[in-house]
Amino acid sequence: MYLHDALAPAGSDAKSLALLWWVFLTISLVVYATVITALVLAIRRARRRRLPAGSPVQLTDRDAPAGKVVAAALGLTTLILLGMLTTELVVGRAVLDESQPEGDAVSIRVTAQQFWWKLEYEDGPPGQRLVTANELFVPVGRPVELRLQSSDVIHSFWLPALAGKRDLIPGNENTLRFSVLRPGDYEGQCAEFCGYQHANMRLILTAMDGPAFEAWKTAQLAEAGAPATEELQRGQWVFERSSCALCHAVRGTAARGTVGPDLTHFGSRRRIAATPLRNTPATLARWIVDPQRLKPGSRMPATALAPDDLRALVAWLGSLQ
Amino acid sequence: MTANGCEAEAAALDRTWAEPPGLHGWIATIDHHRIGRRFIVTAFVFFVLAGLIAAAMRLQLAWAENDLIGPDLYNQLFSMHGTAMMFLFAVPVMEAMGIYLVPILVGARAIAFPRLNAFSYWMLLFGGIMLFTAFLFDTAPEAGWFSYPPLASSEFSAGKRQDVWSQLITFSEMSALLGAINIIVTAFKLRTPGMSLGKTPLFVWALVITSFMILFAMPTVMLGTGFLLTDRLVSTRFFDPSHGGDALLWQHLFWFFGHPEVYIIFLPALGMISQILPAFCRRRIFGYFGLLLAMGVTGVLSFGLWVHHMFATGLPPIGMSFFTAASFLIAIPTGLQIFCWIATISGSGEVRFASPMLYVTAFFFIFIIGGLSGLMLGSMALDQQLHDSYFVVAHLHYVLIGGAVFPLFGAFHYWFPKMTGRLLSEALARWSFWLFFIGFNVAFFPMHMLGLQGMTRRVYTYGADAGWQVLNQVSTAGALLIAMAVLLFICNVWRSLRHGHQAGSNPWAASTLEWFTPSPPPPYSFVRQRVVASRDPLWDAEAPGEVTGLPVDVRSTLVTHLVDARPDHVELLVSPSVAPFLTALAVSAMFIGTIYSPWAVVWGGVFVAAALVYWFWPSRKETEQHVSHEMKPWDDLKKARS
Repeated sequence: MYLHDALAPAGSDAKSLALLWWVFLTISLVVYATVITALVLAIRRARRRRLPAGSPVQLTDRDAPAGKVVAAALGLTTLILLGMLTTELVVGRAVLDESQPEGDAVSIRVTAQQFWWKLEYEDGPPGQRLVTANELFVPVGRPVELRLQSSDVIHSFWLPALAGKRDLIPGNENTLRFSVLRPGDYEGQCAEFCGYQHANMRLILTAMDGPAFEAWKTAQLAEAGAPATEELQRGQWVFERSSCALCHAVRGTAARGTVGPDLTHFGSRRRIAATPLRNTPATLARWIVDPQRLKPGSRMPATALAPDDLRALVAWLGSLQ
Repeated sequence: MTANGCEAEAAALDRTWAEPPGLHGWIATIDHHRIGRRFIVTAFVFFVLAGLIAAAMRLQLAWAENDLIGPDLYNQLFSMHGTAMMFLFAVPVMEAMGIYLVPILVGARAIAFPRLNAFSYWMLLFGGIMLFTAFLFDTAPEAGWFSYPPLASSEFSAGKRQDVWSQLITFSEMSALLGAINIIVTAFKLRTPGMSLGKTPLFVWALVITSFMILFAMPTVMLGTGFLLTDRLVSTRFFDPSHGGDALLWQHLFWFFGHPEVYIIFLPALGMISQILPAFCRRRIFGYFGLLLAMGVTGVLSFGLWVHHMFATGLPPIGMSFFTAASFLIAIPTGLQIFCWIATISGSGEVRFASPMLYVTAFFFIFIIGGLSGLMLGSMALDQQLHDSYFVVAHLHYVLIGGAVFPLFGAFHYWFPKMTGRLLSEALARWSFWLFFIGFNVAFFPMHMLGLQGMTRRVYTYGADAGWQVLNQVSTAGALLIAMAVLLFICNVWRSLRHGHQAGSNPWAASTLEWFTPSPPPPYSFVRQRVVASRDPLWDAEAPGEVTGLPVDVRSTLVTHLVDARPDHVELLVSPSVAPFLTALAVSAMFIGTIYSPWAVVWGGVFVAAALVYWFWPSRKETEQHVSHEMKPWDDLKKARS
């Protein structure tokens, strides 16, 4: 179950924003009810007066108090707006001010591209930086600092249950800071139209407690181990010798491509290609053979493979836990 | 009035203002009534086409992971929907209403520049034809109506799709700019004697303010699309960050136009409400100067809001908070107008709920929701969540359909008898109104919730596990109701044109000058221009007088002073000509040529120059006629002395 509701917040920013939303909604409902009531009363008043048909039209303002009522309503509107503005600026400063870096933040560089997310954990020593894609893992309670950039067109990073969105603009780095309040799986997607597969540029974030996060990180830093069976060996061989390795990297093998997502721990991912498709052997096989069918417009080309090679490749990719 | 012994004058005017017959006359006409009607119908056809496109999108979204429409077509569909609705329907139809109504409302015989008016119509028509032809040949725009680079650059959008988009903007903006000039001059210089600025109808004022906004807003988007086109065509680098350009520059240029654009659509609708309300409440509008001031302030403030479309781009919060404050500030003039209208109703002696009034009442119910959700989007904090989600789709339709299309439909029903001479069927109008009102809310209200649940805009599909299918299906059902409502409206128009009751000159017993002429008005509108003494001349006990002595053997109208509308001189007007049509063809060829080659500017320029020479070539007969009507005070003085 992935959470993506802005009004069921589980992040620091989203929580303040949800509160602000309820304040604005309450004021709006009261204002709406008041104006509509005034309109209905005005109509009833006019109809009750029921001037005889053919009586002369009214050319002068007979209602001396009407001007005063309008002026009072205008003054009240101004006061309400000032109140809303003050509330909004207080919350806005807290949510939008990204100028104060926090010491123990988990720092992740997010590079958006058509149509997936490259994620680089930057808080370790240089040798300890792990690269993954589309599935973020963060510890609960610690600040998360995202450095947002784009390598092609404009995208926007949005996890509704955790924080507001922030654009990723080529030539322009943005920062987004928030912390996750509750463990869970959260979903989001690119929020700025970015082309063909804007709809399938999704992202999931899993928040776990500190020790579990460190364990996950240690596991992800490991290189791919030697294949255990003959089929897996064949799978790795296919990967390294076919076009896969031109774009994808699997640390610990000869595949060093940087165009597509790093696949070192592909077997541990839950989804394929930033779509909602589950990472199952059957779907993966379909994806490798004909990606344009599952995600038309994706940058991944089709790869023709013999059935045995394909089976071995899928098995090997699945073994990359 | 025609009974007052001016049949002879009327007959002479009929001869003078007659249009050439047949196809030639259809192309050469410069009658602002005919062009205005044509403009309205053309814009309405684009509305229907863009609406059908929306219906197709709604069908695709009715089921999760639906594969009715693929991403390539879907991206073209939403780009077409936005582009056509904004540039081919909303702005043109409002100007078209102005082109038809402003000259009559100010009591003039014609629009200030009749040939320019025809040219502006042809430009819109040719631009629209180009866009929809491109759609048929699979070269429709694909980067949205906002067309952000780098996505719209040649690197990420190869082919000609975005060039077509850029040039469509040039077409429609050219048409809008020329229309704006025409409306401003007509409203400022052709008002009938006595109609000082303070007695000018609010609809005219709304169009004047709108026209000034067009003059200031549209050049920035033309500049932007010009940059985009040269980026794509001759590899300039205005928006390319890897070569020193800036991707955000486009967004500033686009929204500096794009936000006023919303008010360019909205202000004429406010003017329509201020015309319709008094007629159905049978009382003078409350707070004329308040309403006027509110529209002016809205027009000015709308230029200070554009950054609220860019709150997620990571601009500094201090800077953004000014735009939040400005966005909130604009609610004050809007509030003032709503209060004034309620006061108008409250102080009146009756409210007749005929179809135009139904649409105006619906405006209050829908638009206020859109205005309040606008405050939420104007808040830089809340916008971090709401921006580019379905909440925005809901908001913009509440504002644009509730705030502009409902009053516009009210205006269609209100002025249809004037334009055609026949009344619409009230029963059909009521059916279509209720279908529209209910369908609209069913279609767009659920989108607020979808946005808050994380559904982003401009997605061609969504996952089955997201839980968005039910609300999307409700929304699609609402869209189909709207389609039925519009179909019923078209049937009503079709039927009433043949079988509707004769309207007479003033079926609603309204107060302004357009109801003084026969329905439909003759090409010269008024046999004798009426002098006015108040804002509601037809409700005055008696007319203060009429203008006599205008020549009847040559097309002319009276030019008056800007502020107090004192008579100044008689303006002799041009005669019908095919030159505007030919020039529009030449300009269109040049614009379409530049999609393919920069050299089109050169060879296209030759055609345009030739067409313009033909346009301005003086005719001997007309010149002699004009010379014979010239005032010669010196000669007269000499004659008197001798």
